[in-house]
Amino acid sequence: MNSGHPLDLAVVGVAKSFGPVQVLHDITVTIPDGQFVTLLGPSGCGKTTLLRIIAGFEVPDQGSVMLGTQNLLPLPAHKRPVNTVFQSYALFPHLKVKDNVAFGPRSRGMAESLIAKKVAEILDVVRIGTLGERYPHELSGGQRQRVALARALINEPEVLLLDEPMSALDARLRHDVQVELKRIQKQYNITFVLVTHDQDEAIAVSDRILIMNHGRIEQDGTPEEVYERPVTRFVAEFMGSANIIEAQRLSAERVATVHGELQVASSPKWEKGTLAIRPEDIEIRQHTGPNHVPGTITDRLFRGDHWELIVTLSGGTIRVSSEPDQVHRVGEAVFLELPPDDLLVLRD
Amino acid sequence: MGRTIIVDGKPTTRVRVWLSGIGLVGTGFLWLFCFLVGPLMALSVLAFASRGDYGEVVWTFTIDNFWRMMGYDLFGWSSNNLLIILRSVVLAGTTTVLCLLLGFPLAFWIASRQPRWRGILIALVMIPACVNLVIRTYAWQLILGNQAPPAQFAQWCGLIPLDTALYPSSGAVYLGMISAMLPFAVLPLYTSVERVDWSVVEAVRDLYGGSWRTFRHGILSQTTPGLIAATILTLIPSLGMFVVSDLLGGAKYMLVGNLIQQQFGAAADWPFGAMLGVGLIIASLVSLLVLLRWGQREGAM
Repeated sequence: MNSGHPLDLAVVGVAKSFGPVQVLHDITVTIPDGQFVTLLGPSGCGKTTLLRIIAGFEVPDQGSVMLGTQNLLPLPAHKRPVNTVFQSYALFPHLKVKDNVAFGPRSRGMAESLIAKKVAEILDVVRIGTLGERYPHELSGGQRQRVALARALINEPEVLLLDEPMSALDARLRHDVQVELKRIQKQYNITFVLVTHDQDEAIAVSDRILIMNHGRIEQDGTPEEVYERPVTRFVAEFMGSANIIEAQRLSAERVATVHGELQVASSPKWEKGTLAIRPEDIEIRQHTGPNHVPGTITDRLFRGDHWELIVTLSGGTIRVSSEPDQVHRVGEAVFLELPPDDLLVLRD
Repeated sequence: MGRTIIVDGKPTTRVRVWLSGIGLVGTGFLWLFCFLVGPLMALSVLAFASRGDYGEVVWTFTIDNFWRMMGYDLFGWSSNNLLIILRSVVLAGTTTVLCLLLGFPLAFWIASRQPRWRGILIALVMIPACVNLVIRTYAWQLILGNQAPPAQFAQWCGLIPLDTALYPSSGAVYLGMISAMLPFAVLPLYTSVERVDWSVVEAVRDLYGGSWRTFRHGILSQTTPGLIAATILTLIPSLGMFVVSDLLGGAKYMLVGNLIQQQFGAAADWPFGAMLGVGLIIASLVSLLVLLRWGQREGAM
């Protein structure tokens, strides 16, 4: 199948409605061969529907899905060079692990001797080489997840689709699986499309994140870009815990807010809009200065690697994180420095 | 003895715990003994007694009834009884297979309706089962009678002579059996179809499975418990059925059920009836074991 030229996955103008509800609006995105892309968004944002359209379980109302020069839409799910890791794993309960994994090659009529070899290989890759004779109900959640991954990977798909594959795992295991997924993706150099609502997971594994909301892509960028430079209020709030500040444009680089007049680095395109600043970008100062706002620490929570401080200003509260060794007392009067470079001017 | 101990956070004594345990377990045993073990033992003992000259039970031990069941009597061996048994097994087996073939698509169709319709549709399937079987079977006599449209049509086509009905016939027996048994097949099938995890079906498609593999590994593997339950609930009552064959099959259409009924009724030969009953129970148990073994092998039960 791999003839050397890139097999980019191109979704062009895809729209989909379920009854009166439009779940996808004119989605266009190109995913280069071998990229690890995450569709990130809250439940109901259309990310799973987009994944199911690529897999062939849903038919879009409009648009096309291309893999290289091949149009995927006329192909039924069982003829697409695409495999899926399902959210609930969807393992075959009546088949042993090795037969679950061998399912795809058997469907395609591969020789049994070759299948046995490939199954053994792939089970080693996902590190469950000793579990081939077990049934799915005899496995732990993490082991089942690996079986699901092996069952899809053995087919050497051009694109691997992962539908919230870690949502059923506990936090610790999830971290291990993230590392593992990244390793396997690099090893096989397959395009991965992951669907998740967990922004930490998306940041940890992806080359690129597509943030979706109400059936549209809100932002498309590397994990650093979408975290550091959110362009909409939705993205700023969804990617971690940004403080949102309502603002009014005064001049090219000055805005009026409830916390007073502030300097921003880029000129807003709106008259009234919003700014965002991350808790870790705010500096706590003892004396006033430019872009400094006075306030009082009203609450503090220890988060392990940092302190989360709730600072009450005249115009509302702001969350600030400080280093664990920097101890501030509740009731302490401070100045918050909101550096212009970190005050993000949001699009809407 | 009277020492206070704590069970489930409440103070009590050992004696009380024992008494409540015996009370709980004992009622179950009592129920089983009165309604299952007792009657079965009575039937088994009766099967080895013999009939007196006036139809009374004579308590002398004999295995003659077994040989009679197998076809031996005063005049040597005849195939009659074995043919009756064979006919019963074929009828029960065919009825079961046809009920599964009809019930499976029906269960899928109902399970794919809107939730508010499903209950109504299942009720519609079950309501006939609430009507007495004898009455339902008489209704078939009316429907298949010589003045009713189906028979008139068959007469017009020349399939049956003028002024005859569509019963008694083996076709009428099959029709009556299926209508009697279908509800008991649909209900367990529907229950398992409703719980099908469709992502497993999608997984088959995703892994290049065609129609057969989708059915075998996506649907059949998940509905095996329902199929087994449906088989048990149709096969075992079918084996002992006598009303339907009596009313729609005519005098010649004899099943084990009819034979047993005859022994306890007109023939007044209770011991032979009991032997036939024990034979039927053993046959049912064997098929039950086979079905359960199948379920275990599928890893589904």
